[in-house]
Formats: sequence, C-alpha cells, structure tokens
Amino acid sequence: MFDLQKTEICSFRGGIHPPYNKELTNAVPVREAKEPAVVTIPMSLHIGAPCKPVVKKGDTVLMGQMVGEATGFVSSPVHASVSGTVKAVEERPHPNGNNVLSVVIESDGKDTVDPSIKPYEDFTSYSSKEIIDIIKNAGIVGMGGATFPTHVKLTVSPDKHVDTVILNGAECEPYLTADDHLMQDSPERVVKGLQIAMRALNVQKGVIAIETNKPEAIQAVSKAAEGLQGIEVQKLATKYPQGAEKQLITAVTGREVPAGGLPADAGVVVMNVGTANQVALTFETGMPLISRYVTCTGDAVKSPCTMKVKVGTPYQEVIDQCGGFSQPAAKVISGGPMMGVAMQRTDVPVMKGTSGILCLSKEAAYIPQPSACIRCGRCASVCPIHLQPFLISAFAQKKRWDRCEEFHALDCIECGSCSYICPAKRTIVSSIRVGKRQVQAERKKRAVKNNG
Amino acid sequence: MDNKDMMLTVSSSPHIRAKATTSSIMRDVVIALIPALAVAAYVFGAKALLIVALCVATCVASEAITERIMHRDVTVGDWSAVVTGILLAFNLPIQAPWWMCVVGCVFAIVVVKQLFGGLGHNFVNPALAGRAFLLSSWPTHMTGTAFIPLTDTVTSATPLGILKEGGNLSKLPSDLNMFLGLHGVYGAIGEISALALLIGGVYLLIRKVINWRIPVIYIGTVAILSPLFKQDPIFMICSGGLMLGAIFMATDYVTSPTTAKGQVIYAVGCGLMTMFIRMFGGYPEGVSYSILLMNVATPLIERFTRPRVYGYAKEKSE
Ligand code: SF4
Ligand code: SF4
Repeated sequence: MFDLQKTEICSFRGGIHPPYNKELTNAVPVREAKEPAVVTIPMSLHIGAPCKPVVKKGDTVLMGQMVGEATGFVSSPVHASVSGTVKAVEERPHPNGNNVLSVVIESDGKDTVDPSIKPYEDFTSYSSKEIIDIIKNAGIVGMGGATFPTHVKLTVSPDKHVDTVILNGAECEPYLTADDHLMQDSPERVVKGLQIAMRALNVQKGVIAIETNKPEAIQAVSKAAEGLQGIEVQKLATKYPQGAEKQLITAVTGREVPAGGLPADAGVVVMNVGTANQVALTFETGMPLISRYVTCTGDAVKSPCTMKVKVGTPYQEVIDQCGGFSQPAAKVISGGPMMGVAMQRTDVPVMKGTSGILCLSKEAAYIPQPSACIRCGRCASVCPIHLQPFLISAFAQKKRWDRCEEFHALDCIECGSCSYICPAKRTIVSSIRVGKRQVQAERKKRAVKNNG
Repeated sequence: MDNKDMMLTVSSSPHIRAKATTSSIMRDVVIALIPALAVAAYVFGAKALLIVALCVATCVASEAITERIMHRDVTVGDWSAVVTGILLAFNLPIQAPWWMCVVGCVFAIVVVKQLFGGLGHNFVNPALAGRAFLLSSWPTHMTGTAFIPLTDTVTSATPLGILKEGGNLSKLPSDLNMFLGLHGVYGAIGEISALALLIGGVYLLIRKVINWRIPVIYIGTVAILSPLFKQDPIFMICSGGLMLGAIFMATDYVTSPTTAKGQVIYAVGCGLMTMFIRMFGGYPEGVSYSILLMNVATPLIERFTRPRVYGYAKEKSE
C-alpha cells in the first residue's frame, strides 16, 4: 500500500504570511442558517452566459426546481433554494455591483422538495458523459469563489492528457473557514466527490491538498480516504496564495501551467473541496446546488461563525444571525480580505461562490496613503508568478501599455500579495488591473486590424 | 442597523496591508546604525555626535525646503533623509569642518535625490554621492581621515593609506583592533568598528530589511580576492569602510538590483571594483567609488536579470 498521507509539505516560490484570523471561527461549530423568508436567485451565479428565467411572477415553485435555464455551454442552471411563490422576476442588486435579473421567491417555510429530485445510483454505474450531465443539470459551479461551471471543467478536450485531479482544500484566504469546516463535517463526501470527478475524467490519481493550519481537516479527510486506490492527501505549507490554481498545481505536482494555458495543459484538473462535496451530495440526494457553507466573520461582527446558508439569502440576514454588527462596519467583503470584493450594500444575495462575508471595522479596513516606490523589491519577491509588479504598475501609471504587456501584466493572477507587502502602501494590483485591461483592448484592436 | 444608513467603503482588493512601512524600514536602518554611532562617540567623543546631528539636521531641512519649493508633498516623515544624514556623517573624517558637512548634505539631498525626483528616483546613493563630491572638491579635508591617538604620533593616514604608501607597517593595527575598533581610530566616523556595523547588519537581516546576498557576497568577494593580492583578508574586510558600505550603502534599495540574480552580480561587482581600486587605483580606498559605479550599472544589471515568469519555459531576451 502506498503512503496515503505524505509527510512532505509542498509549497511554491513567493507568497506572503498575512495574519490569518481564522481562530475567530474555526473552533465554532457550523450552524444551519434560519430559513430565509425571501430568497433572490440571480440569473448569474456563475462565470459565463446568464440564465434565462423559466418561471414567472405568481408561479409556485418547489425546492430544487430549476428557475433559470442555462443558455450555452459555459453557463449553469439555477434552482429554487426554498419552496414557495415567485414574487417577482426583475433586476435586483447583485454582489457584482450591478443589478441583475433575478427570480425572487417568497418561502412557504415548508421546503417541499421537487418530486423529480431523487437520489442517483452509485456513481460507478454512470459513464463519464452521464456524470458530467448530472453535474451540469445540478447547476454545480466552482464553489471556491471562481464559480466556473464544473461540467465545463470536467469536459477536457481529448488532446490534453489529464492524469490528476487535485481537490483544493488550501483555503489560503485569511479569515475564511468554510472549507475547513466542510472537510471536517463531511470528509466522506469530499472524497466521494473526488472519486466521481476522477471517473468523469477517467484518471487514476486524485490528490486532496490541504494547508497545514487545518490539522483536523487533514486528519478527517485522511481517515475518509484510507484504503482508497489512487487517492492521496497532500499537506501544503500555510502560505498565501497557496490555493491559487497555478500555485497549487506547482506545489503538488511540480508542473507549471504554461502561460495563457489551462490547468489541463499541465495534466491537471483542480476542483474546490466544496464543489466536490456538492457533487457527492447531488449523487446522494439528487438535490442541485442550493446551499453552501459561508463564513461570516470580521471584527465588526458580534459572533462570527461558519453557517450553512441557502443560496439567495441576503447577506444582511446572515450577518444578523451572527448577532449583527458589533460596531459600525466600514467594509463588507464578499470572500476573503485578499481577493474578495467590497460590497456597496448588504441586501445582496448569497451566491454559489460566496465563501465568506467579511465585515471589517474602520480600523481593520484602514488602508494608508500610498507614497513613492522605494524599489525595495518586496513585491517582486512575493509575487507567485515571479513578475516585477513595481515595474508593471509604474508602466501602467505612465500608460505604457506596450511595456505592461512586455512585462507580462496579463499573467498576473491578481492575488494581491504585492499590494499587501508594499511598504510604500502602493495600490499595485489596481494599476496592474488597469494595465491588463488596456493590454487586452489593444490586443483586440490588433486582431481586428489583422483580420480586416 | 439599516443598510441604507451604512456607509460602506468600496475599494479594490486586497483589503489588508502588511505592517511594515517605508518609515518603519528607515527607522530600522537608523536603529541598526546606533551601535556604530555608540562606538564613534566612545572613541571620538562628543564631536562625532555633533557631526552626525549636524548632517541629519541639514539633510532633513534641505529635504523639507526643496520639497516645499518644488511643490511636492513633504516626505521627511519617512526617515529616509535621516538615514542619508547619518550615513554621510559616518563617511566623514572626524576633523571635517562644519561647513563641509552642510555642503555635502545639501548636495546629497538637493542635487542627487530631489532633482532626480525624490525618494525612489535617484540613481546613485545620495550619501555616497555626497561623499564623493566632497572628496573631489576638498581632498585634503577628506583624506586626513584617521589618526592613531593611542600610539605616539598623530599620523594622517588610514591603515589602508599606510599600506598603499608603503609607510611604517608597524603602525598597522592588529586584526582584532581593526575588528573591534575600540582602541584606536582607523577611519571615518562610522567605519571604525567592524563589530558594531556587523551587529547592525544582523539586526537588519533579522528584521528582514535587507537580505544576505549583497553584504555577504560583497564582503566574501573581497575576502577571497585578498590572498591573490597577498593581503590579509581580515584586515581587508575590516578596514576602509567595507563593512559600512557593504551592509548599509550597497544595500540601498533604490540604487541596487531587486532580483536575486541581479544582487549577486552587483555584489560581486562591488567586491571586484573595491579590490581593484585598493590595489591599483589612485585612492587608498575603493568602497564608495565601487558602490557608486555599481549603482550606475544597476539598471543594466536589472535588464539582464529579469526573473523567469511562471508558465514560460526559458525566457528569451526580448
Ligand atoms: S513593494 Fe512597493 S516600494 Fe517595494 S518595490 Fe514594490 S512597489 Fe516599490
Ligand atoms: S503582480 Fe499579480 S500575481 Fe504578482 S503578486 Fe501582484 S497581484 Fe499577485
């Protein structure tokens, strides 16, 4: 038998060690959130084409029933997370800052399950194509936050030789403990989800990679994976952004994803542990993706914890269930502090990719004024892509898009490590983002010219 | 709380920042210079402290005034002018007249730093440039660098000067004395005790203000080359401001390469130049000119040592 839990700890070059603040929630047991009275299901809960609503105002819907259908391959259906009545089909505020067409459902409090939802047979009785279809119909998307449709990820073109599935249990963002809790609460499901993905991709090797700061999760998952052929648990150094796809792949396999390429180009498919859990859950119960673990935390929340929340529940309701604000929140962030998005309002709904709701006080959210770059090189030494962030951001500020491109602005994964570490408090990533956008625009212009 | 009353800040990620700031880093450099300052005070007396104070005051004042005149934000709070002041003072002989201190500091801050755009834009180290300026303008004031008060006569040569001119070798201090710097006065104000400077260097390493590459490789290069020139390596690395230069000036962020490979090349370059100037050049001492030359070469070094970006095989030079 081969060694299930390797003693070696993997890592990547670069990265930072921010204060993790996970102790706010990692020892607090997960609670099931109160049944929401009203849920708002946006037609965009994923990356890709938005869904088309298939219900109208006044319709009665059952829990798990599809309310928005996918409109293309890179799209994913959305489902009712409660049973009740459709109150409206209209534009509602979305965590992305815009108004997005949404189905608003008033819950009848009964959670009556759609009768067509039934457990599936053992996954080994399905073919790869059937598995992918089940996942697609269940609206499963990357639950780590990227929300890329999982069925697309599992549909790998035959010229790529994928030999490994990695489950991402790094959860390297500070504050968040949703994946940590999930791995402890249902390790068997996580492992089962990995096996299903391996079968869908027809690969023999699966790795569950977890940062060393989650010893309980490592133990739980290792136990669940014991004796299973081809499955390993890999410890990862606790370092941000260990859970970024490329860094994870390199840490675990030693391979690099070629620039502009996909993980599959390095022979790997990466999936979040939450996604794997959902895949297994769907096979077990037939229920599509309608709820998830959300960590509601930060110094502005009275009693932070990780909760099981239905998709469509307003952020404010989740915060209220954590005792509400303990002090005025200056910032409410969807996700973690490194890559999360600051919200304008708290009446937006929890999405399939909402891993955390982070509420920071004025002090915790304080960002000092930037000053001149002192060329200390720290940003370059922490960049996991080995870029020279201070140069790219300087070029972007001078509008030298050609130079941004030359210094590989497009390869930046926007992890924020450079801005975090900068002693001059420069907003490096923000300027690199501008640079990236411009480089892409110029490329498009060039492409148009060459074709015309 | 109603969400309409809430004023939520919306800014792009990341939403947290590390503690270290430009001023905390510069303050650490000042702290690291304190042991050497203490030795200087012990050996030279209050005059050393006066010179340092004068230089710091001049640097800070000229920075504030220039920034005012140039309508820039006044940045003296970042402590970088303080560092320049101390370093320049450390490079002066104890007999330096007060006006020379002032001229050197004004040149360093106004010409070398502010006229090139302020912190981060100067291409050579201001303190070193200030010293070089003084050395070329008033060589006699700058060279009577040291004397050896604990022996009979006051000489006007540093140990390296004695060596160079084939002077009385018995006047050469022992290795240990060179290292400690407590029993005689062998150089500019801040360079007399290798030990004190090393303590400061270790502090900077622990605080992660600098990394080991530039100081260790610079000093190592000199040590390795010394036997080839039939010199005592200990003597070579403890004298003539090598420690001060390698730990505190060659490591100046603004004027040294940011990449690991670049830092190695730069440090080896500093070491080679130092030995060459010491052995063949017109000056007995080579540290400041070596570092200045390598400062100038830094953009070129950077150009050829760009890191390999993730996901690209071997980077071709573009
Ligand atoms: S970390 Fe900040 S100060 Fe240092 S080189 Fe990068 S941008 Fe400049
Ligand atoms: S440049 Fe991009 S990839 Fe590199 S540290 Fe900054 S945000 Fe991360």
